[in-house]
Amino acid sequence: MSLINLEKKINSELTTKINSSRINHQQLEIQIDKESLLDVVIFLKKNNSTKFRQLIDITAVDYIGSENRFKMIYLLLSHEYNHRINITFSINEKEVVNSLTKIFPSANWMEREVFDMYGIKFNDHPDLRRILTDYGFSGHPLRKDFPITGHSEVRYSEEKKKVVYEPVKLEQNYRNFDYASPWEGTEYIKEVQKKND
Amino acid sequence: MTKEKKTLNLNFGPQHPAAHGVLRLILELDGEIVEKADPHIGLLHRGTEKLIENKTYSQAIPYFDRLDYVAPMNQEHAFALAIEKIMDVEVPIRGQYIRVIFCEIGRILSHILNITTQALDVGALTPSLWGFEEREKLMGFYERVSGSRLHANYFRPGGVHKDLPRGLDKDILDFCKTFPKIIDDLETLLTDNRIFKQRNVDIGIVTKEDALNYSFSGVMLRGSGIPWDLRKSQPYDCYEQIDFKIPIGKNGDCYDRYLCRIEEMRESVKIIEQCLKNLPKGPVKSMDNKLTPPPKKEIKQSMEALIHHFKLFTEGYRVKKDEIYTAVEAPKGEFGVYLISDGTNRPYKCKIRAPGFSHLQAMDYLIKGHMLADVPAVLGSLDIVFGEIDR
Repeated sequence: MSLINLEKKINSELTTKINSSRINHQQLEIQIDKESLLDVVIFLKKNNSTKFRQLIDITAVDYIGSENRFKMIYLLLSHEYNHRINITFSINEKEVVNSLTKIFPSANWMEREVFDMYGIKFNDHPDLRRILTDYGFSGHPLRKDFPITGHSEVRYSEEKKKVVYEPVKLEQNYRNFDYASPWEGTEYIKEVQKKND
Repeated sequence: MTKEKKTLNLNFGPQHPAAHGVLRLILELDGEIVEKADPHIGLLHRGTEKLIENKTYSQAIPYFDRLDYVAPMNQEHAFALAIEKIMDVEVPIRGQYIRVIFCEIGRILSHILNITTQALDVGALTPSLWGFEEREKLMGFYERVSGSRLHANYFRPGGVHKDLPRGLDKDILDFCKTFPKIIDDLETLLTDNRIFKQRNVDIGIVTKEDALNYSFSGVMLRGSGIPWDLRKSQPYDCYEQIDFKIPIGKNGDCYDRYLCRIEEMRESVKIIEQCLKNLPKGPVKSMDNKLTPPPKKEIKQSMEALIHHFKLFTEGYRVKKDEIYTAVEAPKGEFGVYLISDGTNRPYKCKIRAPGFSHLQAMDYLIKGHMLADVPAVLGSLDIVFGEIDR
């Protein structure tokens, strides 16, 4: 089944649940509401004409400053029909997302990673702990307002005979170069960057 | 008297030679039977994704070398392909062939390391000594083409950095002649070896259904009998023009995965040979100097080339606003990059999908009910490298 037919099929079967869909770089992208996530994923996994039986990845994007700050992205793959699909929806900082762990066991760590990196919480997740960051870490590193240098640094203290955590002290300020200069005409999008002082 | 059941908690790692890096595995043992395994990862977390968001596109490529550091160029490939697709850049055919050659060299590098260390974990020392000699030669090829044995930074959006140095194609071809013999030697040590079979056959069985549910890819999927390889099913670069087979397993145990890797190395040798025989002449990278630097000679004479060079190495190139997921068949499985560009010279987001992450996640499922001694055997066959799992 071609991707265009698949798009039609999904749109007709899930009319009320799909907000918009498009084909981009040979992959189908559908936008849904947060609430219909489980229904849509179960349909895509079980239906005989879609058979998206593998969850490739779950991730989020931080669009800081917009009303719905985070965009969740779910990537699914159908081996049978050789298609990829991206499911996306936007949520604000306080919203909680339904967990996919019941449908795909591999969602467990992926959701833990999203929680760790962005601080997005998941309903019915069996074990929502941090995964990649240190024990006792605070903050969510992939949020855009988290500084790239982090908040604390570690060293071995000779006096205390153990590893100690201290606030980051930089010998030199982190240099964030502003490369703004015209390359070609006017299409350039100038980002207002906060200068490091 | 009633018998009280008591489990023992065992901390495996983070510094353990059989943990293949910094894995802390908390095992709940009932006697010698593993009841639960809880891997703690992240001890090698370096914040690659965060760093990439703060660097230009060309500065981001070296970070990909440091993910799965036993097959660096395969990772760069995914990132380069993502940018090429967004910018709609055609890679010259010679560039594609060179990339495929080095991807397959990476695959052999990774599989040698995995097979021999898996053997080491179950008690065979010699394979690693023999295998590492070959890895050394392959890393020599890496060095000759990129200047560095491990962290190559050789694949660039639009092609590869430089053409092959003189004589390298012949040397790689010579390697392809001698290497199958080494694989045979390794096989005489392992394939029918009684101890190796006792330790691997029927250990860590993955059914087809579970392989899909646990997001397995690469050898972990093919070992369970699912014929799926992105090089065939969603071909990139010149894989379509090359004739090769996809070995698949039957039982989905550690032994089948070992056999798959052995066969894949043979196929890789065939791919390299084909590429070298049909290696076309011509440029190795896109001639668009907005994306790839002009040759040094031109910089001395042409003002425009000088400007291009300067701009590329200070500001870098801009990638138009788009979102894309690109995946390649890395030695360990599906390595993907979800790239979101916003029209500036830095990625807005770059999510890295590492195959090992999902494989290690299934550790609890794989090891439950096995003996403690099977933990290294299963870990070995998962082919985990912490560079990519922890990112």
